[in-house]
Amino acid sequence: MMNRRSFVKKVLNGTIAGSLYLVWPLGGDSLEIPEQIPGIRGKPYDILDQEFAFIVDITRCIGCGSCCVADKREYNVPDGNYRTWVERYVKGFSDEIYVDCPNGGLDGYQHPRKDIEEKTRDTFFVPKLCNMCREAPCVQVCPVGATFKSPDGFVLMDEKRCVGCAYCIQACPYSARFLHPVAKVAQKCTWCYHRVRKGLLPACVQVCPTSARKFGSMKDESSEIYEILKGPGVLTVLKKEMGTFPALYYKGARREVI
Amino acid sequence: MDAAHGSAAMLVSNYVFPNDLHVHWSMMIVLYPYITGLVDGAFIIAALYYLFDIKSLQPVARFSLLFALAFLCCATLPLLLHLGRPERNLNMLLTPSPSSAMAGFGYIYAVSMGVLVFIVLFVYRPDLVELRATSKGRLQLLYRALTFDSIDLSKKALELDRRIIRFLVGIGIPIAVVLHGYVGFIFGGVKANPTWSTPLMPVIFLFSACVSGISAIILAYIIIRKLKRRSIDHDCIKTCIKILTLFFILAFAFEMLEVFSHSYLKSGYHHMVEGLLNGPLASSFWLWQVKICSVIPLFILGGMALLRIRVTLYNFMAAIVSAILLLQVLIMRWNVVIGGQLMSKSARGYTQFHPHFYGKEGILAVIVVMAIPFIILFVLSKIFPFWTQGNETKAKKP
Repeated sequence: MMNRRSFVKKVLNGTIAGSLYLVWPLGGDSLEIPEQIPGIRGKPYDILDQEFAFIVDITRCIGCGSCCVADKREYNVPDGNYRTWVERYVKGFSDEIYVDCPNGGLDGYQHPRKDIEEKTRDTFFVPKLCNMCREAPCVQVCPVGATFKSPDGFVLMDEKRCVGCAYCIQACPYSARFLHPVAKVAQKCTWCYHRVRKGLLPACVQVCPTSARKFGSMKDESSEIYEILKGPGVLTVLKKEMGTFPALYYKGARREVI
Repeated sequence: MDAAHGSAAMLVSNYVFPNDLHVHWSMMIVLYPYITGLVDGAFIIAALYYLFDIKSLQPVARFSLLFALAFLCCATLPLLLHLGRPERNLNMLLTPSPSSAMAGFGYIYAVSMGVLVFIVLFVYRPDLVELRATSKGRLQLLYRALTFDSIDLSKKALELDRRIIRFLVGIGIPIAVVLHGYVGFIFGGVKANPTWSTPLMPVIFLFSACVSGISAIILAYIIIRKLKRRSIDHDCIKTCIKILTLFFILAFAFEMLEVFSHSYLKSGYHHMVEGLLNGPLASSFWLWQVKICSVIPLFILGGMALLRIRVTLYNFMAAIVSAILLLQVLIMRWNVVIGGQLMSKSARGYTQFHPHFYGKEGILAVIVVMAIPFIILFVLSKIFPFWTQGNETKAKKP
């Protein structure tokens, strides 16, 4: 007959064993998110043979701000500074353009602007982020090489080298950089390089509910990115006259977008 | 009609990119080109005497070398105060990025410093040898070190000194030009900023540097001589004013040429530059930099050049015009550095800048940084006398 002591022992053992049974075989693998960028996992990453591109489809953006929230959470971005933001463009019947971006679009555009007196002819949202320029002015001007271009085409920051001179911030034509108010080093969007190397999409792309943000490898001919960029559709880049050759493309960008 | 021609794309709705609201280069970056400019201008005065034999500059030649040295000692101070991580400043020298305009500063600065120190030591060598003989203890040890333990004042040795000085000043001129033209290029090389991105920027910086340095020498010379109740060399002041007039005409002409070419060429984001000058900078640019601090000095300098003026009045006017021009260059630096950043890269709006009083880039820090060179100058004057009996009375070349 089982006494009370041995009963409690067995229950405890069973609980522990049951818990271990549940947890142990799961390991890290079962928690792993399925591959989002095909062809990254399961083979050596040839850093010299990569080409990635980012497309923002303005016609799809609804200004919900999810991307901005995801970005802020991914990097703990300090308030008042933005790795990515979403602008709201309003075009009046007089062709006047009204642009705003309260709190970087983090709160989503839930209400129409009330300070515009004329009738609105058109409105659209423009997400902005690092343009990952081929000829990046920030890389050129960094006096200590803290900002550099990785062989796979990403413009990245070595925050341990940065002296915080802010020359890169001045040089970026897209104002995609800021000086971290606590770390006192320059920061910028990296297209979530740490995620990409694990086969995951950038945080902002993953959360976009309308696929307005697209990211992928140009080496993958079946990718949506490849199809769009090699297809007949019209794509533009921002501030083309700066000669920076961005890898960030805009689909459906109106001529008013700067 | 405007809409049909696409002006709608450029209309201003005062939208500033979210990361552009903050002005990253503030007052310390205003001071940095101002201080290097003072160094350059002062060095030009010395060069005109030691290399180009303009003998009337003899009373201020040695003083301007020390003035340049005192300010050059502090040229990196505003940069260190500005850096987010000043403890990493040596990265600029240890791991420089050759593609960056800024990476060269440390080297150019070090070379300028080296050349200037050697010029001062050779120019002062006869005096230092005399002072070594009359001083005692630690001071004598210092003078021994400064004269490299040589007391040779023979004709041959002095002739060699003179040649060395000419050589050093000769290479010092291009170095000074590079130092300050380069500072202008740091701004001129930023293509993202339409107010900075012009090849004229190094030229403007260079000429305005000469203006500020020469003005500073004139003003400091007059004030020090007045305070010490010693005579002011009128010929020297007259020559300085003539040189100042030349450099100021060039500086002002190029400053105006830049504005004119923006408004005439109407290229790129010219509407933003015009909006900036007529909006946020209307007071500091048009009123202060152009009208008060440029047009008025032009008239004063014109009067001084064309009219017969009593010596005391001439000296007084020289001091006044120098003070105004010192202010002009400071305001010009402000308008370039701060003004240029007020314009958002959105090309649709302007941000604001409100200086703080405290903090490492505040007004108090600016006052301290500008006071330190004068303290250094005072200390230098105790080691290297500005004026001795020998160079008081007649023009004497080393």
